[in-house]
Amino acid sequence: MTEPLLEINELKVNYQVFGGDLKVLNGLNLEIYPGEKIGLVGETGCGKTTTMKSILGILHPAARIKGGEILYRGRDLLKLKEKEMNDLRRQHMSAIFQNPTAALNPVFTIGQQLEDAIRYSFSREERLPKKEIKARAVEVLNDVALPDPERLLKNYPVQLSGGMKQRICIALALVTASDLLVADEPGTNLDVTIQDQILRLLINLVEERKTATIYITHTLGVVRQFMDRVFVMYAGNTVEVAPTKTLFDNPVHPYTKGLLQAVPKLTGVEFSQGIPGRVPEYQRPPAGCRFHPRCPDSTAFCQQEKPGFVEVEPGHQVACFTGGDS
Amino acid sequence: MVQEKKSLLKVNNLQKYFTTPQGIVKAVDDVSFAVAPGETLGLVGESGSGKTTAAFTIIGAYQPTDGSIYFQNKQISGKKRSRELKRNIQIVFQDPGSSLNPRQSVRQILTMPLKLHNVVPAAEIGNKIQELLELVELPRDFIHKHPLELGEGEKQSVAIARALSVNPSLIVLDEPTSALDVSMQAKIIKLLGNLQQEFNVAYIFITHDLSLMRNVASRVAIMYLGRICEIARAADFFQQPLHPYTRMLISSVPVVSEEEEALKPPHYTSQGEIPSPVNMPTGCGFHPRCPEKLDICDRQIPESLAIDNNRQVFCHLYRKDQEQKIADSTLRQE
Repeated sequence: MTEPLLEINELKVNYQVFGGDLKVLNGLNLEIYPGEKIGLVGETGCGKTTTMKSILGILHPAARIKGGEILYRGRDLLKLKEKEMNDLRRQHMSAIFQNPTAALNPVFTIGQQLEDAIRYSFSREERLPKKEIKARAVEVLNDVALPDPERLLKNYPVQLSGGMKQRICIALALVTASDLLVADEPGTNLDVTIQDQILRLLINLVEERKTATIYITHTLGVVRQFMDRVFVMYAGNTVEVAPTKTLFDNPVHPYTKGLLQAVPKLTGVEFSQGIPGRVPEYQRPPAGCRFHPRCPDSTAFCQQEKPGFVEVEPGHQVACFTGGDS
Repeated sequence: MVQEKKSLLKVNNLQKYFTTPQGIVKAVDDVSFAVAPGETLGLVGESGSGKTTAAFTIIGAYQPTDGSIYFQNKQISGKKRSRELKRNIQIVFQDPGSSLNPRQSVRQILTMPLKLHNVVPAAEIGNKIQELLELVELPRDFIHKHPLELGEGEKQSVAIARALSVNPSLIVLDEPTSALDVSMQAKIIKLLGNLQQEFNVAYIFITHDLSLMRNVASRVAIMYLGRICEIARAADFFQQPLHPYTRMLISSVPVVSEEEEALKPPHYTSQGEIPSPVNMPTGCGFHPRCPEKLDICDRQIPESLAIDNNRQVFCHLYRKDQEQKIADSTLRQE
């Protein structure tokens, strides 16, 4: 296999708050290969967004990285200087955020924001002349299937609907010839029919450009439909990783199973009562496997030691001592 | 009419218009449906479809512009509502964080409705509250807690207990689980189901999540831009959606298994945007996005067509040759 584009090893991130540290990421492992689309799923508060922010280097000032490494093409992002990181972000990485209204600046026109993104995506020497930048902006708006781009460039974000704003954000993320895209629940605030359109568009574009994509969401259905591989997160760890079809057909980790059973189904098959208990508090997280207080299969051993990844079948790894035997 | 006798709530040609500087917004336009005692009617629609406005009109927060609402066979719209009536129709809001007063304890939150409606003698209020907490599966010592100390799901449970405290016969649930994670959502849904069986209370369940709707509702009404597109029994509806919008809606749902994928109508990819309610399309509101648009669609608003006793669809496609069309769409499904 080729080298991974991005590799996260044993990443630990704490947040310093009044009354102690929130130990959020607890040795997270993740890797993505060039051109691959992976889904990162988990419930609210499991550290999905913290993972995204660590990769992009935009963590909250209260966050402290306590260990681990994030290797991008072999370089550790955590050791880079701010300037090097800036270069990387503007040319090679892009992001789409959950709320397009908050992601766009309300006092600048779409044109100003888009043209800025294009201008600074090149290094100083290679910067495009103004006319070409404008042409490129129109082109990228066409790519995201927005009508009348010329007029749109003069509009302010408030004049657009939520779906249109999310398309603009996708355009912003894809103007650079980036090879890594991190998308944080870009469909969540939209209606289902619009969400469906936006996702199809996004997936077409990243497939065309062979951009590696990390798609963060709590909607399992979206992941099943569009992603190559899935990482399931629980309380700051990745607990299971598998190719999409394998994960949905044959989930192994008790948490993944519980999650899948709790999703309401279109067929009307009754769904389970959900996983008992709630996501742990991060100030005093459970020792050992963080899932053990809610786990139906937990043993005394689970309380002592944190499980590492074991391979169930090629490409399908699970961080659980039962290892799929239960 | 037999059905009229049986229904708990009956809404006829309900209209609710708002006047805004940009023009008149027809938030709810010519909506009719009925709810039988002890059943769950699902009200599905995307943002701006008027589902919440319809709910607010039913609970009496808005006065309808036109149309009538019958509750237990009495006309209730356009008049001041009696305390008894208010007791009988309750609501649970979408966001428990803002529908519970943060400065009140759970005891205070639950005492208020009990006192207002004289449900139990003052001396027994404490016991009644314990009973309510037990019903919604919260520990007894929660009585002293404040909303801030509770998780999202627990807060929603308190809101449900509050609605239930006065023994209503109808509860409007306005997206009660949209703020919750799936495992919490599953718990609340189970709880609501158990309570319905125990107290024979009817629900109007508002949501935009069709998979959830499949599991909670006995009948569903789909709304688009203030109008109903289709009303059907949930099982029929998901087996064979008729209106092009409802097909598009179902085909857009992200699902987690092959069996569900098979239920999606093929060839109905979502296209176009939801028009602004101020600037509504002429004729059928859905025609600009409809893959099966006919000539008549942009001129005339489709009328209700009864497909069978339990099913109505508002679409020109089914006007002529009803039988033939239904047969066709069955073929297409297979």
